[in-house]
Amino acid sequence: MRALNRKLLRDLVRMWPQALAIALVMASGAATLILGVGSHGSLAETRAIYYERNRFADVFADVTRAPNILAEEIAHIPGVAAVETRIAKIALLDIPGMAEPASAMFVSIPHLREQRLNLLHLRSGRLPIAGDEREVVVSEPFALAHKFDIGSSFEAILNGRKRTFRIVGTALSPEFIYALGPWDLMPDDRRFGIVWMSEPALAGAFDLTGAFSSVHVKLLHDASESEVIDRLDQMLTRYGGLGAYGRRDQTSHAFLDAELQQLEAMSRVLPPIFLIVAAFLVNMTLSRLISLEREQIGLLKAIGYGSWAVGVHYMQFVSVIALVGAAIGAVAGTWLGVGLTRLYGDFFHFPFLVFRMDPGVYLIAAGVTVTAAVLGALKAVRDVVGLPPAVAMTPPAPAQYRRLLLPIVYSLLRLPQTFIMAARHLLRWPVRTLSSLLGIAASVAILVGSLWSFGSVDYMIDVTFHRADRQDATINFVRERPESALWNVMNLPGVLRAEPYRSIPVKIRNGNVERRIAVVGKPPGTDLSRVLDRSLRPVRLPETGIALSVALADILKAKVGDLVEVELLERDRRRVDLPVTAIIEGYMGLMAYMDIAEANRLMHEGSMISGAHIAFDSQRQDELFQTLKETPTASFIALQRVSLQKFRDTIAENIFIMVTMYVSLAVVIAFGVVYNFARISLSEQGREIASLRVLGFTRGEVSSILLSELAVVTLLAQPLGWILGYALAALSVWAFESELYRVPLILEPYVYATGSLLVIAAAIVSGLIVRRRIDRLDLIEVLKTRE
Amino acid sequence: MHRNKVVHPMTEITFRTRNLTKTYISGAVEVQALRGVDFEAEAGEFLVILGPSGSGKSTFLNIVGGLDQPTSGEVWFQDHELSRMSERELTLYRRDHVGFVFQFYNLVPSLTARENVALVTDIARKPMQPEEALDLVGLTPRMDHFPAQLSGGEQQRVAIARAIAKRPEVLLCDEPTGALDSKTGILVLEALLKVNIEIGATTLVITHNVAIQEIAHRVIQFADGRIAATHTIAERKPASAIHW
Repeated sequence: MRALNRKLLRDLVRMWPQALAIALVMASGAATLILGVGSHGSLAETRAIYYERNRFADVFADVTRAPNILAEEIAHIPGVAAVETRIAKIALLDIPGMAEPASAMFVSIPHLREQRLNLLHLRSGRLPIAGDEREVVVSEPFALAHKFDIGSSFEAILNGRKRTFRIVGTALSPEFIYALGPWDLMPDDRRFGIVWMSEPALAGAFDLTGAFSSVHVKLLHDASESEVIDRLDQMLTRYGGLGAYGRRDQTSHAFLDAELQQLEAMSRVLPPIFLIVAAFLVNMTLSRLISLEREQIGLLKAIGYGSWAVGVHYMQFVSVIALVGAAIGAVAGTWLGVGLTRLYGDFFHFPFLVFRMDPGVYLIAAGVTVTAAVLGALKAVRDVVGLPPAVAMTPPAPAQYRRLLLPIVYSLLRLPQTFIMAARHLLRWPVRTLSSLLGIAASVAILVGSLWSFGSVDYMIDVTFHRADRQDATINFVRERPESALWNVMNLPGVLRAEPYRSIPVKIRNGNVERRIAVVGKPPGTDLSRVLDRSLRPVRLPETGIALSVALADILKAKVGDLVEVELLERDRRRVDLPVTAIIEGYMGLMAYMDIAEANRLMHEGSMISGAHIAFDSQRQDELFQTLKETPTASFIALQRVSLQKFRDTIAENIFIMVTMYVSLAVVIAFGVVYNFARISLSEQGREIASLRVLGFTRGEVSSILLSELAVVTLLAQPLGWILGYALAALSVWAFESELYRVPLILEPYVYATGSLLVIAAAIVSGLIVRRRIDRLDLIEVLKTRE
Repeated sequence: MHRNKVVHPMTEITFRTRNLTKTYISGAVEVQALRGVDFEAEAGEFLVILGPSGSGKSTFLNIVGGLDQPTSGEVWFQDHELSRMSERELTLYRRDHVGFVFQFYNLVPSLTARENVALVTDIARKPMQPEEALDLVGLTPRMDHFPAQLSGGEQQRVAIARAIAKRPEVLLCDEPTGALDSKTGILVLEALLKVNIEIGATTLVITHNVAIQEIAHRVIQFADGRIAATHTIAERKPASAIHW
C-alpha cells in the first residue's frame, strides 16, 4: 500500500465518529432516494405487470341496459382491441354474525367463454359452474375479513329478492386493487366486497338476460382514448349510458395513482435535503482537518508530491466516507423499500409483488452522494493545495478576532468572559456557524414538515365528519324514488332524523377543462349533511346555480359568478350553463351541490330523491340494521361513523410509519451536525479549554463554553427550522394533492414545539458525548505543545 | 485554606515534598520521571529550577501545581496534602492559590488582554482589578488588544498578569522566556520579579537558561529525576543586569 493511502486509512480510523456521523447523514439521503425510487418503481412495475397479465381495461362505461349484440358494434370502433360486457350491480348483504349491513359489487363472469378483460386472479377454489345461481367467487380480502372458507354462505338482496350464495372460490382483480365502497373514505374489506357469479344467473336476478349494464374496452397502443370515449358515448346514450371514462376516473386506478404520486414526491424532496446538509458537514470537517494538516501538506509538497496528488488524497478521503454512506444507505434503503412495498402490497390488493430495485438507482445514489461530498470538500482542498510549500509549512496566521461592541458596552453588560469567547468564536467562522445552523434547521424542518400531518388529518376529520357530514349513515336507493320514500326512511326503527339528497351524474366543463362528477342536490338548510363555505359556516344553497368545492373550482378555474357548463349523463344528456354561486370547503373528492328542487328541475323530474342521510338512536342500532338488511329498495348503506373509525385507523397507521421514519432521519441530521460542530470547535479550542482548566476552571465551567456555542447555534436554528418546516409542509400538501383528496395545511403550535424538542434532545446527547472528551483532556500534553 | 497559617515558627513553608516519585507507563516502557524528590520552598521565595530536558523539572512543577498526581511520596502546600486531593479539590487549589505562566502563553485568542485577565478575576475569590494586574506588568496601553495584535513578550506579560490577578500564593512558570528573544525575555523577568515582591507569591521558574539563575533567591538543579544540587544566590542581580 502506498504511504499516502495508509495515511488516508489511519485518518479515517482516527476520525471514525465524525466520519460515521457524516456517512449517516449521507446514508439517509441515499436511503430515501433508494426507498422512494425503489418502492415507487416496484409498485409501478407490479401494477403494470398485473394490468398486463390480467388485461386491465382502458375505457369503462355503465349503462342501464344494453343488448349484448352491441358488443360487436363496440368492437368495431377504431382503436378498440377487445371488449368485455358484463353485469355489475351493487347489492346489500346479510352476513351471519355481522350486525351492520354490508354491501357488495356483484359482477358477472361470461357464460361459456373465457373472460376477455379484467381477468380474475383465482386465489383459492374454482370459478362458479356456468349458470349456477348459488355459486359465487368473492374477493379475497372480503373473504379474509369474514373468515369465509370455501363452502361458507351468506345472503344478499338482489333486485328486491333475498338469495343465499355459497362461496366456491376467492379471487383478486386488477379492477379492484383499491376496493372502495360507495360513500366510503377508505376501503373497508368487512363492509364492502366483490362477488363474481355466472352471467346467466346474475342476468336472471336483475332482469338483464341478453343485456349488459357495464362495458370495458381495451385499446390498441396507438388508439385515441378520447375518440373511443366519444364514439362509445354516442352508441350508449340511448341505452342509459352514464358516460364512458378512462383509467383516470376509475376509482381503483386513480387512488393507486395518487399514492404512487406521493411516493415519487417523497423521493424528490427528501434526498436533496440530506445531501445538502452532508455537503455542509464535509466542508466543515474537512476544512478543519486540512488546517490541522497544513504543515504536513507543505511537507508533502516540499518532498515532491504535486498539488494534484495532495488534492486527490483529500478527495479520496471524503469519497470513502461518501461511499460508506452510500453503502449504508443502499442497505437501509433496500430494506425499507422492500418493507414499504410490502406495506403497500398489503394495503392494496396485489396477487404478487415485483421488487424492482434498479441497479441504476444505486449508481445514482452513490454518484450523488460522492458528488455532494466532493462539492463540499472542493473549497477546503483548493484553499490549501494552492499554497506554496514554504508557506504551507509555516503555521497559519493566528485567527483574527474582532470586537463587535465598544468596550464600555461590555463593562455595562457585565457579560461573562466565557460567553464572549463563545460568541466571538461563532462569529469568527461565519460560514461554519451558518452551515451548522442550516443543518440543524433542516432537521427541525423535516420534523415540522412531517409531524403536522397528524393535526391536519384531525382537522380534516373534524371538518368532514363533525361539521359537514354529521349523519350517522347514508342510505342509497337502488334507483331514484319519489320524495315520499323519505317518510319510509323516517319510519325505520330508531331513525331520529332524515334528510333527502338527489345525486346526478354529470360532466362539468369550463373552457377546455372537463370532469365527471356527481352533483348532489340538497334541500335548503339541512342540519345533518351540511354544505360549508371556506370559513366553515353553513351555506344555504340558493334556488338557482351550483356550488363548487375549492378543488373543483381550482381545476375548472371557475369563480363565483362564472358560468360553467353541466352535461347530464342521464336522460336527455342536455347541456346547460349554470352560474357558480358559492365556493365551498371540502377535502374529499371533487364536489358540487345545488338545491334539490333545482336538481330535479334540471332532470325534468318531479320531487325525486336518490337516498337519505339519517341520524339514528344508537340504542336501537341493531334493530335498525336488521330492518335495513331486509329493505329491498336500498342498494347500499354507508355508515359514516364506522367509516370514520376505519379512516382514522388506516391513516394513523400510515402516518405513524412515515413519521417514525422522518423522526429517525431528522435525529440523524441533528446528531450528525451538532456532533461534528462540537468536535471541530473542541479541536480548535481544546488548547484554550485546557489552559482554563489549568487556571482553575472546573470541568463544568469549561464545558459550558463549548456547550453554550452549541446551544446558541441550536436555538438560533429553531425559528429558521420552523419556517423551512412550514415550507416543507406546504410543499407536501401541494405534492399530495390529488383530485381524490386534499390535505389542509394545519400547523398547530405543538408541531413546532415537538420538532424543536426532539432536535434539542438530539443536540444535548451529542453535546454530552463531546463533553466527555472535554473531561478527558490531557492538560499537560496540551500545554507542552505549540499548536 | 488560610494564607497565614504558620507551619514553622520562623518562616512559613509554602511547599514541602517528601520522597516524591513519578513513573509514567507508556506501552511496555516505564519512564521514571521523578525518583524521590525532597524539597521545601518558603513563602515569598523566588526559585529558579535548572536542568536538562527529561530531568524531571516539568513533572515536578506539574505536581506542585496540582496538574498531576505523584506515584508515591507526599506533596504539601502549606498544611494541605496535595497528593491526597481529589480532582475537584485540585481544581479549586489551582483556582484559588496557583498562578501559571507557560512557554507558549496560552492566551485565549478571542479575548482581549483585559478580557483574558478578567477570565481569571471572574472566578477568583479576592482578585485585583484586571487593569491593576496589567498595570503591574506595564501593559496598560495595550489592554484592549487581542493576542494576535500583541508581540510575544507582550503576550507573555498578559499571561503573567492573568496569573497574578488572583493574588496567588504561588506563581509557577514553565520556560516563561523560552519563546522570546533576550531583550523581551528580560522585560518578562522584570515583570516576574516585580510581582514576586509586590504580592509576595512564592515563584518557581523552570528554565534551560543558566543566566536566569542570578535573579533568584535559590537555584535548584534537577538531574535524572532527582534534585542534584541546591545553592543560594548570595548576591541577586536585577533582571536588567543579566543577558544571554
